[in-house]
Amino acid sequence: MLSIRNIVKEYAKHRALDHVSMEVEQGKIFGLLGPNGAGKTSLIRIINQITGPDEGEIFFNGEKLNQSHINKIGYLPEERGLYKKMEIGEQMLYLARLKGLSRAEATKRIKFWFEKMEMQSWWNKKVEDLSKGMQQKVQFVATVLHEPELIILDEPFSGFDPVNAEIIKNEILELNQKGSTIIFSTHRMESVEQLCDHIALLNKSHKILDGSVKSIKNAYRNNTYHIGVSANFKASSSATFELINTISIEESEKLTIKLKEGFTTNDVLQELIPQTGVSYLEEVIPTINEIFIEKVKHLN
Amino acid sequence: MNKVFLIIQREYLSRVKKKSFLILTFLVPSLFIGMMTLVVYLTANKDSDVKDFKVIDQSGIFKNQFNNTSNINFSYLNEDYEQAKKAIRKEKEDFLLYIPSDYAQTGKVEVISEKKPSISIVDDIETQMESILRNKKLIAAGIDTSVLNSSNAKVSINAKQLTDEGEKDASLGATYVVGFLAAFMIYLALFIYGAQVMRGVIEEKTSRIIEVIVSSVKPFQLMLGKILGIGAVGLTQFLLWIILSTGLSTLASSYINTDDKAKTEQGIKKDANHPDMKEINSGNKVQQFLKAADTINFPLIIGTFFFYFLGGYLLYSALFAAVGSAVDNETETQQFMLPITLPLIFTFIIGMNVIVNNPDSTLSFWMSMIPFTSPIAMMIRIPFGVPAWEIALSMALLVVGFVFTTWVASRIYRVGILMYGKKVTYKELAKWFSYKE
Repeated sequence: MLSIRNIVKEYAKHRALDHVSMEVEQGKIFGLLGPNGAGKTSLIRIINQITGPDEGEIFFNGEKLNQSHINKIGYLPEERGLYKKMEIGEQMLYLARLKGLSRAEATKRIKFWFEKMEMQSWWNKKVEDLSKGMQQKVQFVATVLHEPELIILDEPFSGFDPVNAEIIKNEILELNQKGSTIIFSTHRMESVEQLCDHIALLNKSHKILDGSVKSIKNAYRNNTYHIGVSANFKASSSATFELINTISIEESEKLTIKLKEGFTTNDVLQELIPQTGVSYLEEVIPTINEIFIEKVKHLN
Repeated sequence: MNKVFLIIQREYLSRVKKKSFLILTFLVPSLFIGMMTLVVYLTANKDSDVKDFKVIDQSGIFKNQFNNTSNINFSYLNEDYEQAKKAIRKEKEDFLLYIPSDYAQTGKVEVISEKKPSISIVDDIETQMESILRNKKLIAAGIDTSVLNSSNAKVSINAKQLTDEGEKDASLGATYVVGFLAAFMIYLALFIYGAQVMRGVIEEKTSRIIEVIVSSVKPFQLMLGKILGIGAVGLTQFLLWIILSTGLSTLASSYINTDDKAKTEQGIKKDANHPDMKEINSGNKVQQFLKAADTINFPLIIGTFFFYFLGGYLLYSALFAAVGSAVDNETETQQFMLPITLPLIFTFIIGMNVIVNNPDSTLSFWMSMIPFTSPIAMMIRIPFGVPAWEIALSMALLVVGFVFTTWVASRIYRVGILMYGKKVTYKELAKWFSYKE
């Protein structure tokens, strides 16, 4: 649904995006990940047509990105903000109408959402009278009110307590099930790992990794496993595996091992079981965070 | 375009709904009219009874020369000064006018009374004495009264203005005041509403709503909507002020005028045999001023006022918006404000000192043409009469001017609103201006 091709964006002396390309598929949850200053916000601003790219093109549902797409996108910026002195209901109405909804339609949808999020009594309150968490909720609703095809959420969970973060997460999943495509942008990669179908990693203006979460993780599995064995077992590298480290946890030892070329976990178990009690064996699947660090280290 | 209208609507309603707007709208005309009424009422009222003036003229110049007016009755005493002084203390309503024998040398005259005489009465007597003295001196110099009358007539022609409708009475005082008021209101309005635009931009930036808004509309649309919305607030305020002021002042002046007319007629009848005195006696200066104010072309002034207010506002508020976008808070605006406020202050000062005294000079002409100064300079000139082509040219230049500043400002604005935590310099602004979309 969104095709980003060779985007270059330059500021005074700094290249914020250097030939970045990616595809966001219809109905998927897409994670745009990377540390602060990697170029995530620059890219999002270009998708939102707040700024334009210096080079490259973006296609929205096959059409070149233009003004008519603005109403089909919902954007929750990282820096949240609302008019402090304006009443909540009025403000939502204004934001929804700026996205092209009629007054009647906007009113109907706001009422629906207020009921859903249990905030009916907030209509006549001013933003400055709400807590920060409440303001975030208002802003989230304002982002999705016009039922956008594409929802871009920049650091969506920052500022929410765990209970509200869960509520918002469920709302996002529900919107996704109803057909909205979602782009998450965050530098806290572990927070969206389980949610995303597809991720792209940005670092220093470059895209360094791109693909489905499953395939990326598969690509970065390196035959490393955790094995729980009885206490006092003196483990050492053997023909089947290489011992990376040992940690004593209460009545057992946790070994981290790496399989040697040509051997399977069964071979390891066959070797260990006669010597000690094995309580568990599990594969170490790298987190996106680890993959990122690995990748950056590799590039340097 | 629909979105710009939504923005205008929000900017307008959020301000007009404020209590402070309502208070200001009603307070200003009430205060203004209240003060005017008070001044007129006090001056008019003091004159209501006829005052008896007893004249002791030891110089011999003024004996039987004073003319009774609608509220002063002169009589002449031959008594001793000290005696008369004692006598006057008993007569609470009477005044003693003492002209000592050395008057010709000192020029000093005393008015002795229990009560303080009103300013308009003192003014009347002074004018009469000056006129008598002048007559005497002219006659002594061998010029007869008919020459004198014709020379007086010439003097009054100078104060008349030729217009399409023929001759009109004109008072330079009234012209000056009207021009001054209009220019001053525009001067104030540019500051007040320009600063509102700037504060609005800063508010959107610091509250961070800006990014949400510009993901729905173009920065230029937001800037335009804000400027037009606040401009509409200004127009509403001025319209309400004018409607309320005229309403209230019609009420007030209908009361004053009926009172005055009777008095003026009385005065003219009494002085019919002294033609050269008529002008002086036909009312005090306040009434003369009000009369002269009637002859000023108010539709033209109000029309041009609104045009120059709008044009000047559009020109300056765009610059104010650019400044607002470049900073993170109001305290940082200082360095950029000076070049904006300087031409305004400069025009106002020059206007009050030069243009008013010489509305047709080269300087006045150019200042009323340059868009940055014309809204104020032209308003000062208009009551004095400005050729139509000059007004048209000045208006056209103003339109070009605000289109230009809006274009420049919007290029700075679109970059500035998304910049945070940067100490911005003029060099930086120039860089922003040249960024591509």
